[in-house]
Amino acid sequence: MRSFAYSRAADVESAVADVSADPTSEYLAGGTTEVDMLRLGVVRPRRVVDINDLPIAAIEELPDGGTRLGGLARMSDVAAHPVVRERYPMVTEALEKGASAQLRNMASMGGNLMQRVRCSYFRDGDRACNKREPGSGCAALDGVNRTHAVLGTSEHCIAAHPSDAAVALTALDAVIRLRGPEGERTVAFDDFFLLPGDAPEREHPIGHGELITAIDLPVLPVARTSHYLKVRDRESYEFALASAAVALGTEGGTVTEARIGLGGVATKPWRARRAEQALAGSEAGPEAFARAADAELADAVPRGMNGFKVELAKRTMVRALTEVAARTRGGTA
Amino acid sequence: MTPPQEGRTGLAGLAGHTVPRQATAAERDRGEIGPEPADVLLTVNGTVHRVRLEPRVSLLDALRERLDVTGPKKGCNQGACGACTVWVDGHRVLACLTLAVACEGREVTTVEGLADGDELHPMQEAFVDNDALQCGYCTPGQLMSAVALMKEGHHRDDAEIAEWMSGNICRCAAYPNIRRAIRQVRDSGGRAEQEGES
Repeated sequence: MRSFAYSRAADVESAVADVSADPTSEYLAGGTTEVDMLRLGVVRPRRVVDINDLPIAAIEELPDGGTRLGGLARMSDVAAHPVVRERYPMVTEALEKGASAQLRNMASMGGNLMQRVRCSYFRDGDRACNKREPGSGCAALDGVNRTHAVLGTSEHCIAAHPSDAAVALTALDAVIRLRGPEGERTVAFDDFFLLPGDAPEREHPIGHGELITAIDLPVLPVARTSHYLKVRDRESYEFALASAAVALGTEGGTVTEARIGLGGVATKPWRARRAEQALAGSEAGPEAFARAADAELADAVPRGMNGFKVELAKRTMVRALTEVAARTRGGTA
Repeated sequence: MTPPQEGRTGLAGLAGHTVPRQATAAERDRGEIGPEPADVLLTVNGTVHRVRLEPRVSLLDALRERLDVTGPKKGCNQGACGACTVWVDGHRVLACLTLAVACEGREVTTVEGLADGDELHPMQEAFVDNDALQCGYCTPGQLMSAVALMKEGHHRDDAEIAEWMSGNICRCAAYPNIRRAIRQVRDSGGRAEQEGES
């Protein structure tokens, strides 16, 4: 590992001021991505600023009935929180299906959103990667790309976004609270993740030193009937090949509201708006679910080894919808 | 069983420490240390150690290479195997993805801290009873996860145990016996052996 300096921040203001003023400084939270990247030499800061002492780890109910997850709240604490479990079960399910118990104890919610892709070409310093080294090309396009994305890709990058939690959070329309040198601002969840386009090195619309202080979950009654389904090569401790976060509201068998996120198949936590639109007003059943999945994957671009993901994503979405629809019926019967 | 360590000092001894020394990371507040080596205080299994290390040194390397606490094992060194599992402030974490300097002011517990003198922890006894290992390389990590899992309450059935132990890979595939050991501790309330002794 290359050497670097270290400091521990005592308050949010000074942490943001320190890192914003120094392009060679980076934040250190749980370290589950950052220390790995430091060791690989993919990130090479002069200094890391440890933010683990900052008072932004709380999970609290907001006056409007929403829920605020501190940027430093650990994945394990959020997953176990009774309010999250009751009101947003797909968030708990997504968190608990991510990583391992040890990593969930370490990893922060803010870090979860900022985690880097698991593309082996990004992590291998010797191979072409536009994300790591803009303009160098993308070795994954015609390389070993079985785990790569089929949605939201470009000819410059096809790395899949690795987060499970973010898939549930995008379906919820969560709001990200940022602190920068000029103060606070909020960004809509879907806007926080950029498509690779022709600048895959730019993953978030934030400036250097802006810090995620919280993630706000809105009041969303339909989320009480929600589910996260994750399909992967082994049963646990593995990234998704395809996943779906689904919240569904029905009335008399008709879909009144659907919220769907897809994971493992897209370059960002994928909000499946086409599927949601296709479902609205439809009879909650296999035909409508299949139509919705077809609509969402219509523009999928498979590459060599990941063609199977198009069908897998559809089946994953349909199965998650079927599961939640059954719960909806059970709840109203 | 903490290893012999020169200059080792208990918490009480440290409170009375008067020898002039360099400020540690926490004491310097927002001050910067490194990249050259700096003094860091690490509390490991209840004992405070002053270690001189660069900020890039992982907790795993500090334990193994500097403090001779070699229970935590270096398997993958990238957060994929769980062999380095230790507790920081009572939570199981991976020492390979933790910077040692970030542990200043926190309590680190390794497998060496499980036994009470020569008295094995009930989970260690259960691993012996159930032959829950073959080569043994992953065992320190398995134990630290298994005891944490008991505290967390994730031991309802084998499926739940398997899920919450999935961060600890065993290439000898001793999984059925590891689960049996955990069930034994669960079903004995985790204290049968100790009660028998007292």
